Amino acid sequence: MGIIRSALTSRPVRSLVSPNSIDDYLEQVHPMLAAENVRARVVEVRRETGEASTVVMRANGAWKGFQPGQHVQFGVEVDGTRRIRVFSVSSARPPKGRSRTFSVSVKAHPDGYVSQFLHKELTPGTIVYLSQAEGEFVLPREVPSSLLLVSGGSGVTPVMSMLRTLSASGHTGDVTFLHYARSRDDEMFTSELDELTEVPSFRVVRVYTRQPAPDAELQGRFHVDHLKHLGIDPVDTLTYVCGPAGLIATVRDTYDELGAAEQLRQEYFKVPSVDVDAADATGTLAFDTTLVEAPNTGATILEQAEAAGLQPDFGCRMGVCNTCAVKKNSGAVRHVVTGEISADTDETIKICVQVPVGDVNIAL
Amino acid sequence: MPITLRRSKKAPIKPRSASSHNAAPLTLINPYSEKPATIGLEHMTYEQLDEFGRELDAVRQRVLDDLGQKDADYIRRVIRAQRASEVLGRIGIFMPFFPPAFIAGIVFLGLAKILDNMEIGHNVMHGQYDWMNDPMVNGARYEWDNMAPAQDWKHGHNYIHHTYTNIHGMDRDIGYNLLRIDDDQPWYGTHRFNLPLAFVLMIVFEWGVMYHGIELDQYLQGKISKADFQGRKKRAMQKIRRQVFKDYIAWPLVGLALVPFVGWWAPLAILGANVVANIIRNIWTFLVIFCGHFPAEVQTFAEEDAQNESRGQWYLRQLLGSANISGHAPFHVLTGNLSYQIEHHLFPDIPARRYPEVAEDVKRLVEQYGLTYNTGRLSKQLASVARQLAVYGRKPSDPYKIGNSPESKALRRAKREEATRRAEALRGTQLTS
Repeated sequence: MGIIRSALTSRPVRSLVSPNSIDDYLEQVHPMLAAENVRARVVEVRRETGEASTVVMRANGAWKGFQPGQHVQFGVEVDGTRRIRVFSVSSARPPKGRSRTFSVSVKAHPDGYVSQFLHKELTPGTIVYLSQAEGEFVLPREVPSSLLLVSGGSGVTPVMSMLRTLSASGHTGDVTFLHYARSRDDEMFTSELDELTEVPSFRVVRVYTRQPAPDAELQGRFHVDHLKHLGIDPVDTLTYVCGPAGLIATVRDTYDELGAAEQLRQEYFKVPSVDVDAADATGTLAFDTTLVEAPNTGATILEQAEAAGLQPDFGCRMGVCNTCAVKKNSGAVRHVVTGEISADTDETIKICVQVPVGDVNIAL
Repeated sequence: MPITLRRSKKAPIKPRSASSHNAAPLTLINPYSEKPATIGLEHMTYEQLDEFGRELDAVRQRVLDDLGQKDADYIRRVIRAQRASEVLGRIGIFMPFFPPAFIAGIVFLGLAKILDNMEIGHNVMHGQYDWMNDPMVNGARYEWDNMAPAQDWKHGHNYIHHTYTNIHGMDRDIGYNLLRIDDDQPWYGTHRFNLPLAFVLMIVFEWGVMYHGIELDQYLQGKISKADFQGRKKRAMQKIRRQVFKDYIAWPLVGLALVPFVGWWAPLAILGANVVANIIRNIWTFLVIFCGHFPAEVQTFAEEDAQNESRGQWYLRQLLGSANISGHAPFHVLTGNLSYQIEHHLFPDIPARRYPEVAEDVKRLVEQYGLTYNTGRLSKQLASVARQLAVYGRKPSDPYKIGNSPESKALRRAKREEATRRAEALRGTQLTS
């Protein structure tokens, strides 16, 4: 299959189908048939504890696999529009050989269009549109003998992939998993975490911050004492932390103070919240390509980009010609003529007629 | 590390209104005068023009709110038909030993190119399907099976032509710098050959569109920079290489495999089939596009009349400056629904399959305000275009209509001097203030 794939994406074939790509033709035969576009068929949608769902999928041959801890852009089509979100892979890395089945786990956010869709409506057999796995939050090739994994809330998903992989590969080093959830009901993967406590080299400690268990080892939010109690010396323990910004900030400060910053790997799990009726312009407008950020002034994104010294393409400046259309990576925007708000991740917008509402990230 | 610009005070969000977008496109704002544009005053008052604009805004929003699965399914069906006819076409022209299949192959390939250029390419590149968020139909990403590179075509078409529609000196699509199609265009000697030139342009239309996008005339007039011009040239050359290589070299080379079975001429037959398919597309697109703006009674405008125009006037200019072609459903698909040129110019970024439905509203407004809705069969509109080309190809008696007459030259010189004087006056006030 590898030879066919490289033949199909080779230059001669490209020039024969130019300006299209071979996938534009293959997908007409079957939506999973593609040389480069990663697609997957949903095999199973499992309801987890804590309002979460796990989507098990089988990817097509274009999928190059993943490292535990990586995430994937997950696109699902609802009423003609592809909605794209980034989800962490939660399953164990398959042993050598090329199993293309894996899963992502997602906590249903009350206002989250896609997470609610996954939780309530996604059915097996649906085709989803993926990217290759991305992200640097991965275990090293040689896992050291002492490892600490810290997660908070739904930040457990990438860590879960690491734990499952370590457990399945019979890893013998010490692994401590320190997880913070609001309550046992709110926790994802509860029964599986219960089982992982049985693994001899694993130490699984869960802290319920709002409804602590009566016999709990630790209580409250992350604190340096928690590490001391567990007998962990950050200086020689490779540590991964994933979760809300608050947790990561505390862990990072602790590691900085102890001079162990080098041992820390981190990944943010952000749940954006937007006040769409705000009278004042709030938030930050971030330009992703040029790495420029500026506080939102309430002007159109095009005007703000120009004020920030960028030179985006534009034409009519009245929403007609589409010259200024760019990808909005995240955040909500309001159309200046119609007042309509759109908050989708990864959608194309005309920046001359859109005003940011809260934090917005633009591919400029 | 991101660079963060700091600003201390929170600024208010602009009010939810179209007020700032009731302004004319940037270059149509007259910096010296606030006098509103005169477009449409023979039909309605300024209040009516504003109301007209609001009604059309409402129509646009109604359609946008309704977009969904059926529109996505439609464009995917068209893409599927396009892919199928392209594959059938490529197979057909590999059977030069069996003329019926060979000819069918040419027709299918021509059809595939027409669908790609019109209902898919043109419309997708307007951003009509950007809301689907599917990279296959993304306006910024799409590249079409045509000699003109998408980027430069989009600039000339989506921006220049669709914003400054039919304004002399601004819309470069009035006669494409080649033909005289309107009484207010200056006449030059070459316009005597209007009709034969138009015929040649029809046969090589995709090359014409590509050349138009290089904007050599704009460069020679100093309106675009050398870097811009060279970028355009470079992109055009790259696209030409790809298109020529595919249709006239790569596929005929694949046809070498047929030589033992068919004869030495097999690759030549395939080459010829590609040429013919491209010409079929060229003729069709030329006919549709010329009927969109060039029939008689389509209005053109002077820059002075459009300065400081309102949104309603912008809409009205689009309506008066375009013409429709009537026909059956399959005909409209083949034209990319550009047979609804009026609706397309009013709403260039809503999916074209919605134009018939929008036309009902447009006709209602046309009736309400006593406007003209220019429509007719393809043959009628074509005859009108041909007549226009013939009439305006003749040398006018008025010396001011002749481009290189002493009178016109004097007029242009006066205009240039006036502009310089104004610029200097402006600089003077800036220096003193």
